[in-house]
Amino acid sequence: MKRLFPILSILTAVLLAYALYEALVVAPTDAQQGDVYRIIYYHVPSAWTAFLLFFINFIASIQYLASAKPSTKTAAKWIVIAIGVVGVIACFLPQVQHLLPKGMRPSAVATTVLAIPAFYFLIGKFFPGERLDMLALTSAEVGVVFCTIVLVTGPIWARPVWGIWWAPGDIRLTSTLVLWLIYVSYLVLRRFSNSAQTQMLAAALAVFGALDVPLVYFSIWFFRTQHPQPVIGGGGSMDPRMLQVLLISWMAFLCFAFLVCWSRFRLEVLRREIEEAHAMESLVGTGEAPSKASLPLSRSSR
Amino acid sequence: MNAMKFLFAAYIATWVIHGVYLGTLVRRFSRLRQQLKELKGSGFRRSAPGFPPGD
Amino acid sequence: MNSLWAVTLATMVKDIRLEWRSKDALNSMLFFSLLVVVIFMFSFDPLAEESRHIVGGLVWVGFLFASVTALNQTWARELRNQVLDAYRVSPAPDNALFLAKALGNFIFVSVLEALMTPLFVIFYNVQVLGPAWQLLPIAILGTWALVVNGTFFAAMSLRTRSREIMLPLLLFPISIPAVVSMVAGTTAILTGEESAHFYIVLLLTYDVVFTTACLALFGMILHAE
Repeated sequence: MKRLFPILSILTAVLLAYALYEALVVAPTDAQQGDVYRIIYYHVPSAWTAFLLFFINFIASIQYLASAKPSTKTAAKWIVIAIGVVGVIACFLPQVQHLLPKGMRPSAVATTVLAIPAFYFLIGKFFPGERLDMLALTSAEVGVVFCTIVLVTGPIWARPVWGIWWAPGDIRLTSTLVLWLIYVSYLVLRRFSNSAQTQMLAAALAVFGALDVPLVYFSIWFFRTQHPQPVIGGGGSMDPRMLQVLLISWMAFLCFAFLVCWSRFRLEVLRREIEEAHAMESLVGTGEAPSKASLPLSRSSR
Repeated sequence: MNAMKFLFAAYIATWVIHGVYLGTLVRRFSRLRQQLKELKGSGFRRSAPGFPPGD
Repeated sequence: MNSLWAVTLATMVKDIRLEWRSKDALNSMLFFSLLVVVIFMFSFDPLAEESRHIVGGLVWVGFLFASVTALNQTWARELRNQVLDAYRVSPAPDNALFLAKALGNFIFVSVLEALMTPLFVIFYNVQVLGPAWQLLPIAILGTWALVVNGTFFAAMSLRTRSREIMLPLLLFPISIPAVVSMVAGTTAILTGEESAHFYIVLLLTYDVVFTTACLALFGMILHAE
C-alpha cells in the first residue's frame, strides 16, 4: 500500500502523456475546424469527469441524509433498488423506446440507470458513516476543479470556431455553468457554516442542486428552440478514430481525478483527526494524552 | 496558425488550474503536518494513515 | 392536518401583525423597491425599440433583489428573544412554521411586486401584446418559486457567518430555471411572439418539486444547532 500512490502517479503521468500524444499527433484533423478542435480532448473528458464526480456527491449526500434514521435508511435502499429495476425494465418497453433520442440503444440507457443502485451500494459499503460525508466533500471540490476547466476551455474553443466566446442558448455550456454555480455555493456553505449540522445542511443543498439540474436543462432547452444558437462543441456523430482518442483521454483524466480525490480524501481524514485532537485537548486539559489514540468518528446527535 | 494559439491556451489553462489546486492541497497538508508536530509534542498518538496516501 | 393549518394560520397572523406594528421594515423595503425600478429606468433605455423584449427580464430581476432583502428579514425576528428555540420544543409541527413563514413572505413580496409593477408599466410604457391573463399564473408561480426556496435557504443561512450574503449565494443558482421561465414567459406574453404555456408548466413543476423538498427537509434545518 505504501508504494501504491507513487506508482499510480507515475502510471497516470505516462497515461496522460500518451493521451496528449494521441490528441495532438495521432488523431486526424477535423475537416471543418482544423486543428483547433483538438481542444475537445481536454474539454469533453473534463466534463464527463466532473459530471461523474457530481453524481458521486449526489449519491453520497442522499445516503448521508438517509442514514440519519434507520427507517429512512431502509426506505432509501428500497427506493434505489426500485429505480434500478423499473428503469431497466422501462428501457425495453416500446412506449419508452419511442421517447429515447435517435441512435441511443435501450441497453445503453439501461446500463446507465443501473449505475444508480450500483453506485449507491458500492459507496455505502466502502464509505461508512462519516466517510460518506468526506467523500461528498471530496467529490464536490474536485468536481468543481474539473468543471472550471470545462467552462474555461469551452469559450476558448468557441472563439476561433464560432467567433463568439459564449452563446446563452448553448444548452451544454450553460447547464454546466449552473452546475458549477450550485456546487460552488455548496462549498461556500460548508466553509461558512458553523453549525454542528453543517454536513447535513450541505447534503440537503446537494439534493436541491441535483433536483434542479433537469429543470435547468429543460428551461434552457426550450429557450434554445425559440432562439436558435450555435452549439459549442458540435453535435452529431464522430469519426471513430476521434472517439477512440477521446476515450483514451477520458481514461487518463479519470485516473488523474482518482489520484486527486484520494489525496483530498486523506487530507480530510487527517484534518478531522487533528480537529478532534484539538477538541479533546481543550476538554481534557493540557499535556495529557487521551487514553484512546483514536476517537470514534461519530456524527453529532441532533 | 492563429487558431493554434487557442488550442495551446486551452491545454495550458487546464494544467494551470490543476496545478493551482494541487498546490493548495500541498499547502494545506504542510500546515496540517505542522499542527501534527505540535500535537505530538504534547503526547498525542496518531492512528489514521497519513498524507499523501501510502505514507 | 387540521392542527397544521391552524398553527400555520396563527403564526402567519402573528407575523403580519408584528410587521404591521413596526412598519420600519415594510417602509424601507417599499422605498428600496422604488429605487430599484428608478435605477433600471436610468440604466436601460426605456425608449429603445427592443425595450419590450427586456422589460420582462428587468421586472423579474427587480423582484428578485427586492425579495432577497425581504427574505433576509424573515428569520431575524425569530432569532431575537429565542423564539426559534421555543418553537423547536413546542409540539407544533415543523412544517407549520415553514408554511407560515413562506406564506407570510409570499404576501410580503407580492405587496412589493404590486408596487413595482405599475412603476415599470409607467416608465417603460408597457403594452401587452399577448394574452395578458397569463401574466397572473406566471406571477404567482414565479413568486412562490422564489419565496419557498428563499425561506428555506434563509433558515439554512441562520447558522452561517455572513448570513445576509449567504442567502442570495445559495438561492440564485438553484433559482435559475425558475428565473429563466419567469423572464422568458413574461417576455413571451408581452411581445406576443410565442406561447408561454411551456414556461407556466415548468414553473408549476419547479414549485411542486421544491415545495416538496423544502417540506421534507425543513425539520432537519430547524433542529440544527
